[in-house]
Amino acid sequence: MSDKQKHASAYWKQNIKYLAILLSIWFVVSYGCGILFREELNQFRLGGFKLGFWFAQQGSIYVFVILIFVYVRLMNKLDKKYGFDE
Amino acid sequence: MSVQTWTWILVGITFALYFGIAIWARAGSTKEFYVAGGDVSPLANGMATAADWMSAASFISMAGLISFMGYDGSVFLMGWTGGYVLLALLLAPYLRKFGKFTVPDFIGDRYYSNTARTVAVICALIVSFTYVAGQMRGVGIVFSQFLQVDINIGVIIGMTVVLIFAFLGGMKGITYTQVAQYCVLIFAFMVPAFFISMQMTGNIIPQIGMGGKVEGGAFLLDKLDTLHTQLGFNEYTSGTKSTWDVFAITLALMVGTAGLPHVIVRFFTVPKVKDARKSAGLALLFIAILYTTAPAIAVFSRTNLIETVSEQEYKEIPAWFKNWENTGLIAWSDKNGDGKIQYVAGNALSGKKPEYTEARGTNGERLISNASTAENELYVDRDIMVLANPEIANLPNWVIALVAAGGLAAALSTAAGLLLVISTSISHDLIKKQLKPNISEKGELLAARIAILVAIIIAGLFGIYPPGFVAAVVALAFGLAAASFFPAIILGIFDKRMNKEGAIAGMVVGISLMLFYMIRYKTGLWMTFDPRPASEWWFGTSPEGFGTIAMIVNVVISVVVSRLTPAPPKDVQELVENIRIPSGAGEASSH
Repeated sequence: MSDKQKHASAYWKQNIKYLAILLSIWFVVSYGCGILFREELNQFRLGGFKLGFWFAQQGSIYVFVILIFVYVRLMNKLDKKYGFDE
Repeated sequence: MSVQTWTWILVGITFALYFGIAIWARAGSTKEFYVAGGDVSPLANGMATAADWMSAASFISMAGLISFMGYDGSVFLMGWTGGYVLLALLLAPYLRKFGKFTVPDFIGDRYYSNTARTVAVICALIVSFTYVAGQMRGVGIVFSQFLQVDINIGVIIGMTVVLIFAFLGGMKGITYTQVAQYCVLIFAFMVPAFFISMQMTGNIIPQIGMGGKVEGGAFLLDKLDTLHTQLGFNEYTSGTKSTWDVFAITLALMVGTAGLPHVIVRFFTVPKVKDARKSAGLALLFIAILYTTAPAIAVFSRTNLIETVSEQEYKEIPAWFKNWENTGLIAWSDKNGDGKIQYVAGNALSGKKPEYTEARGTNGERLISNASTAENELYVDRDIMVLANPEIANLPNWVIALVAAGGLAAALSTAAGLLLVISTSISHDLIKKQLKPNISEKGELLAARIAILVAIIIAGLFGIYPPGFVAAVVALAFGLAAASFFPAIILGIFDKRMNKEGAIAGMVVGISLMLFYMIRYKTGLWMTFDPRPASEWWFGTSPEGFGTIAMIVNVVISVVVSRLTPAPPKDVQELVENIRIPSGAGEASSH
């Protein structure tokens, strides 16, 4: 296997790892906090919001935005590390 | 100045702006026509994507829907934003690296088959046409409400405007017009929200005001919950849908968003893979501004509505109420004869829309012939909440007019994006790639322009003669996209072993199953039979949520079939390895 291919497969592995972590967070804030466990979370409050309701109508959206920008940063670094940036 | 004068002025200025941009950004080549030359900056692409994405439905209907659905409305909020995470992480960078013009291009090349390409073209056409019909209707409604012209003339004006900038500029013209349209629509959406939030909670930021306190010291949401309970509605923050159905609808909308061709194609317009990721992030940021404001508007307007009308004398009611009653979006029948409006849980009508008689009642209200026996006396169409909100809150006339300009921007930008996908599917995927591969650049450009002309006329006809099923089907476009494209694209990138047999089988079964369920449980089949009742839904899944199940079926079938049939050829496996690496994306090209 050439160096380039080794690089490519290491890069891809790391990419998949990032995806797994970020998508877990994506799932937990929306489907977890906003849907499946909202009743439990609704016992807590964030100012005038019940917490589960806040996640469903506000919080999950903020987290989505942050997740993409974190991904952009991680990938830009990863591109550099393996020399795939341009 | 009157609302109408203001509206003409603001609509006139914004339209002049769109025309100016259209003339400046004329497309000279197919590359400019299909992907805006491939050199749009991530920031501009982010705004254009946001405008493309936020349709008349997001702008006009969504806050209203949420204000009637309460917690259940979260499916739209999470569903229509969470899809961008999938898009940014799983699709956009790889499709940009692949670097062609369209989604069927990817499917056709990755699955080395013109059959796969044709299936993808058909799916793209079904999804885009169901979606665009609703937009044209939206344009007509805004024109008729605010400018007092006939709804059909409104549709024709809208068609002409889209035609000019899409026909001349293709993707290039559309992209830069959409940047302007994003600015118009977000400004128009936020200004009334700031005003109302300030009025009700003393905090100018609606996202914070929503969780703030109202006069008297109670939290706004608690107050609304109490009002709801008193009037016999479900608690606003609880909702009525089953947890599973909320889950399924949210997932179908998210995955559908990531599979919509007019959204995906936007990521072909930026120069590099890096830019594709970044512009997906920016697009979601721009979308999130509206999507986190909408639930706040929903809460404000719901509270305002209940307080303004509940137990009030009809004779004392503000003018906006009677205006909307005259346009047929509000109906009241004084069932207990006390001259006051009782607004409680239950359907005020038998049937879905009010049927007005020509006569007026003793209080001056429009009489209806289909009042139900339920105690509730008031019918309010959900679509009016955003449009009527500034009037309900007594905002200045220019703010009310601004909302009209914003609604038009939202509807026109989305319609233009969809029409481009339709025309590209025909001129590029069908004519260039299949029927007449040796067509000249000039010929293809001409074909694209003719296709867009025809598509606009068809879309306009849908707007003027809306088939009854259109409204119901627009929401289902997401299910169709989820059931067809999403798995084929994701598997094409992440599963090197996926072959044409698997992908084609998956797409065909997925979209057929979704169409079947839609017709059986939602739309019926024109005359022949009525949709089956909710009690017969599979696993209690609504047709809106069924895209989730159809998608899973698609994935399972694709994987099983692909493992039973030969692996894809070597060069295709190399193609997959190549798109996984960001460097060397080059420009989007046709060969």
